[in-house]
Amino acid sequence: MTIGLVHYLSVSAILFTIGTLGIFLNRRNVIIILMSIELILLAVNINFVAFSSYLHNVEGQIMAMFVLTVAAAEAAVGLAILVTFFRNRGDIAVDDASMMKG
Amino acid sequence: MTLIAIAFYLMAAVTCISGLLVITAKNPVHSVLWLILAFFSAAGLFILLGAEFLAMLLVVVYVGAVAVLFLFVVMMLDVDFVKLRQGFANYLPIGIAVGAVLLFELIMVSVAVAQKGAAAGNEPQAFTANESNIRMIGHALYSTYIYLFEAAGFVLLVAMVGAIVLTLRTRPNVKRQDIFSQVTRRRDDAVEIVPAKSGEGISE
Repeated sequence: MTIGLVHYLSVSAILFTIGTLGIFLNRRNVIIILMSIELILLAVNINFVAFSSYLHNVEGQIMAMFVLTVAAAEAAVGLAILVTFFRNRGDIAVDDASMMKG
Repeated sequence: MTLIAIAFYLMAAVTCISGLLVITAKNPVHSVLWLILAFFSAAGLFILLGAEFLAMLLVVVYVGAVAVLFLFVVMMLDVDFVKLRQGFANYLPIGIAVGAVLLFELIMVSVAVAQKGAAAGNEPQAFTANESNIRMIGHALYSTYIYLFEAAGFVLLVAMVGAIVLTLRTRPNVKRQDIFSQVTRRRDDAVEIVPAKSGEGISE
């Protein structure tokens, strides 16, 4: 019963799928969509760290740190956009957001 | 070895179940709390892999900063969250279909890579490393990846400025102290010398 690389990659795959499913299911709630994106990035990080550990190469962990940085920045800007959106519309339902007429 | 296996299965199960509860919870505050649990147990997985520094970073950055930010925003916005859950059941069949295909493909690739890839048969670094994890990260980060490290700092700076600019609100009809006009005020703006005639005074 040894834990190998495939176990970690499977956890990462399950978490990635859950994140994708979250974006599908909560089409209207942008807060849950942002949390799903965080889950997807966490899955990517688990992948990076697992490969880094099993290849005995620390560069994967460096990349995971940069992913973490970008994820934090993305969360901050996303939530700021959300607050502005709520202030302008009084609602955060994003499925009928067409203010910019794109 | 079995103790590590038990720890792995425990943390993997907690990570996946709390991840599932993030997207299915009715109350977004509960979603944020499940997200915190998911990140916490993912940090446990990182420790099992020998990446102690990243595990601590995950706890500090996510549980300490990002999750609290989410919690603030969820509690600040006065939104009818029941209305936002409309369409949950509509998208469930196609979501599960796409998710199943995606999961199948990802696990197929994972098995193939783990059995035939460059890392096949290796032990995780936690059992073989003779140098501490943070020392190795520091060596790589401050030598080879120093420019990328600086760029990450700029990314954070831009995100900070962007978030402030987006949420900063200048409301009209609110009286505030205007320091520039106070400091640049001259004597001529405020004081006027009016020659007054004796015995009549100044009208107005």
